[in-house]
Amino acid sequence: MSDIKPILEVRNLRVEFPTRRGLLVALDDVSFSIAPGEVLGVVGESGAGKSMTGAAIIGLLEPPGRIAGGQILLEGRRIDNLPYQDLRRIRGREIGAIFQDPLTTLNPLYTVGAQLIETMVTHLPLNPAQARAKAIEWLELVGIPAAAQRIDSYPHEFSGGMRQRVVIALALCAEPKLIVADEPTTALDVSIQAQVIALLKRLAREKGTAMMLVTHDMGVIAETADRVAVMYAGRIVEIGAVRNVVKHAAHPYSSGLMGSIPPVSRRLDRMQQIDGAMPRLSAIPKGCPYNPRCPKVFDRCMVERPELMPAEGNLAACWLYADGAPAAEAKHHG
Amino acid sequence: MADATPMLETRDVARFFDVSRPPLQRLLAGEGKRMLRAVDGVSFSIPKGTTLSLVGESGCGKSTVARLVVGLYSPTRGSVIFDGRDLAEARADSTQRRRMQMIFQDPYASLNPRWRVRDIIAEPIRAFGLSKDKAEIEARVGQLLTQVGLSPLDGAKFPHEFSGGQRQRISIARALSSNPEFLVCDEPTSALDVSVQAQILNLMKDLQQRLGLTYLFISHNLAVVRQVSDRVGVMYLGRLVELAPAETLFETPRHPYTRALMEAIPDLDMTGRQRIPVGGEVPSPINPPSGCPFHPRCPLANDRCKAEIPAMMPARGTPQTLVACHAVEEGRDRMGAPLVEAVG
Repeated sequence: MSDIKPILEVRNLRVEFPTRRGLLVALDDVSFSIAPGEVLGVVGESGAGKSMTGAAIIGLLEPPGRIAGGQILLEGRRIDNLPYQDLRRIRGREIGAIFQDPLTTLNPLYTVGAQLIETMVTHLPLNPAQARAKAIEWLELVGIPAAAQRIDSYPHEFSGGMRQRVVIALALCAEPKLIVADEPTTALDVSIQAQVIALLKRLAREKGTAMMLVTHDMGVIAETADRVAVMYAGRIVEIGAVRNVVKHAAHPYSSGLMGSIPPVSRRLDRMQQIDGAMPRLSAIPKGCPYNPRCPKVFDRCMVERPELMPAEGNLAACWLYADGAPAAEAKHHG
Repeated sequence: MADATPMLETRDVARFFDVSRPPLQRLLAGEGKRMLRAVDGVSFSIPKGTTLSLVGESGCGKSTVARLVVGLYSPTRGSVIFDGRDLAEARADSTQRRRMQMIFQDPYASLNPRWRVRDIIAEPIRAFGLSKDKAEIEARVGQLLTQVGLSPLDGAKFPHEFSGGQRQRISIARALSSNPEFLVCDEPTSALDVSVQAQILNLMKDLQQRLGLTYLFISHNLAVVRQVSDRVGVMYLGRLVELAPAETLFETPRHPYTRALMEAIPDLDMTGRQRIPVGGEVPSPINPPSGCPFHPRCPLANDRCKAEIPAMMPARGTPQTLVACHAVEEGRDRMGAPLVEAVG
């Protein structure tokens, strides 16, 4: 793994929001990397910081939010401290973004063709005529029927699924190295969702694009991502290969999260639930942030914050897997 | 439960919306009225104490059915029967009206942000004149809050002080405050995170057992539907295409649309599996396809499907299932075999 240079590397990222009531730490010590052609899924409940991570990478944190520590590297080059104009060039050219609601991404006053052409002319050495031909190609590639005619349609003339395809074309048309997709299929129906996911996955594979896929839908991650990071209260609590995290989640939060997803294959008398709710940013508990809800909590969790450590083939931030933890011994025998 | 009258019954209920352009423009363009057939001929019944779920994609008319059933819309055709009486008649009578309540999807939009929780919950008690005694109402509100897993002290707070899941608990407490027997739940968990969703679904199940409630449950999430339903209806473009006991529906789905939906769901056990997507998109309900509304997307469609609208009838092989499909009726639905061969 180590000989392939990652496209994206995030090191100890910390995002803060100074507010009147004090400093809120929205992201703390978030580190991960994504290799070329790899899809990293990021899951968590609302407020866990998954979209915030995406926004920080694209450089679109809403003020007063700011990166207070750590580094973001794109192909080994730092991008978190670039001036606005330089970052603008990278965004769009090297990082493509796909958001949940295609209507807010597309400008309603321009045809989809104009938007694709503008993006390509800005970022690629193409003249408008060449860009137009390319735009039609892209629309065909994302599966829009009669692309040569549809290119002059406005966003409102497309259905939701088709619009999201246009957004995908728009994100990919400058051939970026990294795509940040934030809930790209959440606004779509299941039958359309399957089509869009298959498309995204295929394009990322073919073009060797690295992708960060942020979603709360574990099902989407399970079938699309290679690795998955589980976030809780602004931190990564577990990261590992998708199959392994789904089947053998090490962190009690991840296993609770997996367990609370209702299965379609059978009926349960009672669903597994995680009691309580995620803490507010202003009231993150001392020690492990999950300790008030954790069924396996013990003394150390209340005072000391766990770092990511090897656990069940993944990395998990949980004291259960520290050497000499009471449960670690029991676990090895069980 | 010896009472055999269903809690709710719909008979060929339909609701059309006029989406025509203004009369002058229509005249100039020489076009007629345009009707959006949101719901077109839906019949089902819900026995007391059970849960019927309606599933389908956006625009299939499931939320319109929910609104028809509680009387927020009046049917264009057909009738809704609530406990043996016509709904319009039942709703005119406040002792009947309090027997049904609705829980909405978005707990951020359905609670008045300027009211304290105790006033939100007490509103139906006051509106229906169930009690006038302050102390009695307060005790009842406290009891309701406890019932949904909150503290009676939470009554003094405002909705913004609660998380999404807690707000949905408040919505449930409000719905329960008039002692209803029938609850219409329109996507009650789709705005919530999965771990919280499990809490709410467990709570709804508990309440059903304890209070003998009857639910009409509207959802687009098949996995959730499987957990809560006794019977399930699948809707497509304003029509029911399949209605069956939950286990039967999930074990042996019959309608090609239901089968395609099941295949399209991502499942955790299927990491790396290739989903077989349903081709195409849902057509517009303003201009639905002729014949069976699903035929443009259906791999089993033939000429009959293009011309003739199929009626709901018991399916061959699974007679408890009602299905509207010519292919099933004619026995050419490749039951038990994959609907389409996996590509690649």
